Amino acid sequence: MEEKIIAAIIVSAIAFFSIYAFTPILIKFLQKRNLTVKDANKTGNIMIPRPGGISILIGIVASEITLYFFFPISEILAVIITSILGFSVGIIDDKKTMGGWFKPATLAFCAAPILLLGAYDSNLYFPLFGSVKIPSLYLALVVFMIPITGNTINSIDVLNGIVSGFITIASFALAISLFILQNYEIGISCLCLAFASLAFYKYHKFPSRIFPGDSGAVMFGATYGTIAIVGGVEVIAAIAILPAIINSFLFLSSVKKIVEHREIKNPTSHTDDFKLKSTDDNHAPITLVRLLVAKKPLSEKHICNEILKLATFSGILAIITAFMMGAKIL
Amino acid sequence: MTIKIYSFIFVMWILMLIGGGLMVVVVGPITFGIDVEPIITSGVKVFLALFLIFIWIFTLTKVKNWIFKSQIKS
Repeated sequence: MEEKIIAAIIVSAIAFFSIYAFTPILIKFLQKRNLTVKDANKTGNIMIPRPGGISILIGIVASEITLYFFFPISEILAVIITSILGFSVGIIDDKKTMGGWFKPATLAFCAAPILLLGAYDSNLYFPLFGSVKIPSLYLALVVFMIPITGNTINSIDVLNGIVSGFITIASFALAISLFILQNYEIGISCLCLAFASLAFYKYHKFPSRIFPGDSGAVMFGATYGTIAIVGGVEVIAAIAILPAIINSFLFLSSVKKIVEHREIKNPTSHTDDFKLKSTDDNHAPITLVRLLVAKKPLSEKHICNEILKLATFSGILAIITAFMMGAKIL
Repeated sequence: MTIKIYSFIFVMWILMLIGGGLMVVVVGPITFGIDVEPIITSGVKVFLALFLIFIWIFTLTKVKNWIFKSQIKS
């Protein structure tokens, strides 16, 4: 146990401080090369460096590789490779906007390391009722899980600090759940993601100094999905990101097709004092942010706080679910 | 509005617990005897799992329409 505690402290520190130290350098580098985009929710012409995914990649990969030296298991190797692949898909999308099907299709291939390394257990565990063995269905679940988490997390990257704050809360909840279930190695692996996103949140929170871009957001989602699979906590992981799932669900049920988010009408517009309000356009999709501002316009910071509160609520539900995993009613 | 979203998250959680229970209790134990190819049993399980997902999404859509009625109409 002592070795696991030492490993947890070392890799968490690497994940946090590598991003904390490297991101300001990246910000200056991106500004110098004019790799910036307009912050659409601010008055004036405020340009923000993008993509911050490079910094997130360094933090996650460095800490996970260190963890692999402590525990050389295929599950951690799968997390490292899938994270790099997720980043690669995102950076292509950052450089050149691809069609709506590009990310889901390419992210499906990112699940290959999990399958090739055999880093999964085909039993699907549910709270209160136990597990079900579904080998064929589980293979499909692995292939679908990474595109789903990658896109779901990417779809909430709409305002300053949401995606990094959200994944921080969700991955801390998932890490606690993994510790409750005594899956310590993968729990520590999840701590790497949690501390990496926490360090990035420092620069991404309102008002943002850097945007993660698709490379950062997709990698957050792909890493999270991989940890869920290799840790055998798919259901708990889905519960921890329920607000993001609701966002995707509301979006898909209103748009009724998979499209790149830059291709759709903006579901919100601005008031004179630059608060966000629901758009009057009935054809614009319904999203979580649009629901939050449906009654009255809210500031960007207020909306971020509301979404992070929703993330905390689902994180608590995820931890309760982890406790329920141990109990069986049948 | 936020209360409605919290309620929706809670309903989704309950539906996931129920759906998981149905998977373990109903779909998991299905067998057709030793002379039936395992691939057929797996196929039936996949079909039932997809059917459960369809029911889950359908129920969720109804709940969504009920909870967010006024916002969705506006």
